[in-house]
Amino acid sequence: MTDPRNGAPRTTPIQSATFSNPVNAEIRRAAATGIYDIRGGGAKRKLPHFDDLLFLGASMSRYPLEGYREKCETSVTLGTRFAKTPIQLDIPVTIAGMSFGSLSAPAKEALGRGATLAGTSTTTGDGGMTKEERGHSNKLVYQYLPSRYGMNPDDLRRADAIEIVVGQGAKPGGGGMLLGQKISDRVAEMRNLPKGIDQRSACRHPDWTGPDDLEIKILELREITGWKVPIYIKVGGARPYFDTTLAVKAGADVVVLDGMQGGTAATQDVFIEHVGQPILACIGEAVRALQDLGLHREVQLVVSGGIRSGADVAKAMALGADAVSIGTAALIALGDNDPRWEAEYNALGTTAGAYDDWHEGQDPAGITTQDPELMRRFDPVEGGRRLNNYLRVMTLEAQTIARACGKNHLHNLEPEDLCALTMEAAAMAKIPLAGTDWYPGKPGTSY
Amino acid sequence: MQTLDMAEVALREMNATLHAQAETSNQTTWEILNPKGAHAIACGLDAPIEVTVKGSTGYYCGGMNKQATIHIKGSAGPGVAENMMSGTVVIEGDASQYAGATGHGGLLVIKGNASSRCGISMKGIDIVVHGNIGHMSAFMAQSGTLVVCGDAGEALGDSLYEARLFVRGSVKSLGADCIEKEMRPEHLALLADLLERAGATAKPEEFKRYGSARELYTFKIDNAY
Ligand SMILES: Cc1cc2nc3c(=O)[nH]c(=O)nc-3n(C[C@H](O)[C@H](O)[C@H](O)COP(=O)(O)O)c2cc1C
Repeated sequence: MTDPRNGAPRTTPIQSATFSNPVNAEIRRAAATGIYDIRGGGAKRKLPHFDDLLFLGASMSRYPLEGYREKCETSVTLGTRFAKTPIQLDIPVTIAGMSFGSLSAPAKEALGRGATLAGTSTTTGDGGMTKEERGHSNKLVYQYLPSRYGMNPDDLRRADAIEIVVGQGAKPGGGGMLLGQKISDRVAEMRNLPKGIDQRSACRHPDWTGPDDLEIKILELREITGWKVPIYIKVGGARPYFDTTLAVKAGADVVVLDGMQGGTAATQDVFIEHVGQPILACIGEAVRALQDLGLHREVQLVVSGGIRSGADVAKAMALGADAVSIGTAALIALGDNDPRWEAEYNALGTTAGAYDDWHEGQDPAGITTQDPELMRRFDPVEGGRRLNNYLRVMTLEAQTIARACGKNHLHNLEPEDLCALTMEAAAMAKIPLAGTDWYPGKPGTSY
Repeated sequence: MQTLDMAEVALREMNATLHAQAETSNQTTWEILNPKGAHAIACGLDAPIEVTVKGSTGYYCGGMNKQATIHIKGSAGPGVAENMMSGTVVIEGDASQYAGATGHGGLLVIKGNASSRCGISMKGIDIVVHGNIGHMSAFMAQSGTLVVCGDAGEALGDSLYEARLFVRGSVKSLGADCIEKEMRPEHLALLADLLERAGATAKPEEFKRYGSARELYTFKIDNAY
């Protein structure tokens, strides 16, 4: 590099890794507007994840199953601990709770349709149960959230399971937001709020404070529903060992654990990127807690946060989860962030794949909106078909891997089937680093 | 009058019996003996029956009530009548925290005092407290009416939405976005009706009204100075 003024050699200008262009742009944006960035989705930074694990496959010491022919079961039963009617699913991939309000009613309907076709469950979300999703979901999990928007005993009794939401991976310790653009008449009425306000959902439950109270709350919910349906407790990936232990102590049938990659409808970016642990670091700890209580597999563990493929499903299950749940991936399957809307994403100042201003309610794909015009672009029947296809592909992929590992049920996948590609993944998941029999912190080793 | 003695009948059996009372039932009055602070008594009722609990209750008595009238002849533990939809719950003694939390409808009457977070996140319920209420009451209260014949503790009505609050005595402090508001004839009429239904002798004119300043209703997207 030479100085254009006099041709003298000079150092190449170097961008700072610390003060990178996106960082500086954010500083300028904050300086201009005085407000923090709110967005949807999960953590965008690179994190240790399932990609850092590999399956070993069968060889001399393991006997594989025939890829297409031999049986490899995928069913799972959730809620066997106390509930009279546990939930039976054909596949271990469930649809995570996403609120009506953040999503349009047709999008919720599509999630129900797709899940039902694939033989799995879907979940309500903040804002209550819509008749569309109840009608189109064979198995519907009803979320019991701090806000209690739309919460009523009739819907509670219409549910196939109840999920008490303590936290979410995207924002452990945070409540929800739904900005005024999305508070349509119907959303406002269901939530009992004035139309068009920027709504906050509480971060704490209003009528219990700790696990001892929660145990009594669960007693009440069981009494009201006649001890029939399973009760899940959903926690964000904060302190998975203790959170799981306390959830079990409080009486959960199922623990739902959501890592920091998990999506959200709207939260501060700083929260999404800086609070919580990646799911890879959480699963082993939750499993250890269940094992220490002697309840692994008796209290089922459902994990989520950045699950995209059958490989991710298989890895989560090999680490000890009973099932997984998906949010973001389901929305993408429905058509969220599809490049076919690129011109419109550009008009919103973004690009397909990066669109995350879901809270603004201008989703070109008609999914994260309450705008009747945009909603009309989305066909719930077609959406349901696409979601079903995607869920089937994930299941086939997970089966392919399980068969290659010699397993006739996805549940038989185990940590011994895995190795880790990085030291971080090895340490977090307690899976040996590839080519070794060691991971950092392995008992009996001094590292 | 049917009697359920909790010294003999398990909670599950008792609630199941009460849940089985369809609208057509002629067993409309029930008495529960020996509650001894048990939790989840008479929760999830959905019939126009009358239940009298002879003693004090634990957590969540009358939780999610619909239609039923429940009298507690004692004091009530946390979360009494939480998420009530309709009907009436009357407590002769005091109520612990979160009384009437998230209630969507019906009337909750507390003849003694209520502890903290009374009417938290209420969504349409009417609550009348003959005595005082504790701190953080009506936090994020969305709609419905809270009437306090005595005093209110700290941070009354913090982050309030459209619920109406009436306090006769002193208010230790108002929470964020909660302000005193003008008492208009319609408010006096509303109060008169609620006081009467709750069997309280206070006069509507003696109360002050509090409500939302509505300053927190929108995030100030253009927050720039
Ligand atoms: C649009 C959207 C809305 C959501 N709404 C809720 C909600 O109402 N309640 C809740 O517990 N989690 C909510 N979540 C989180 C999901 O339930 C789930 O934890 C998360 O999406 C899983 O991670 P994934 O998106 O990487 O699959 C939402 C997520 C998204 C993407």
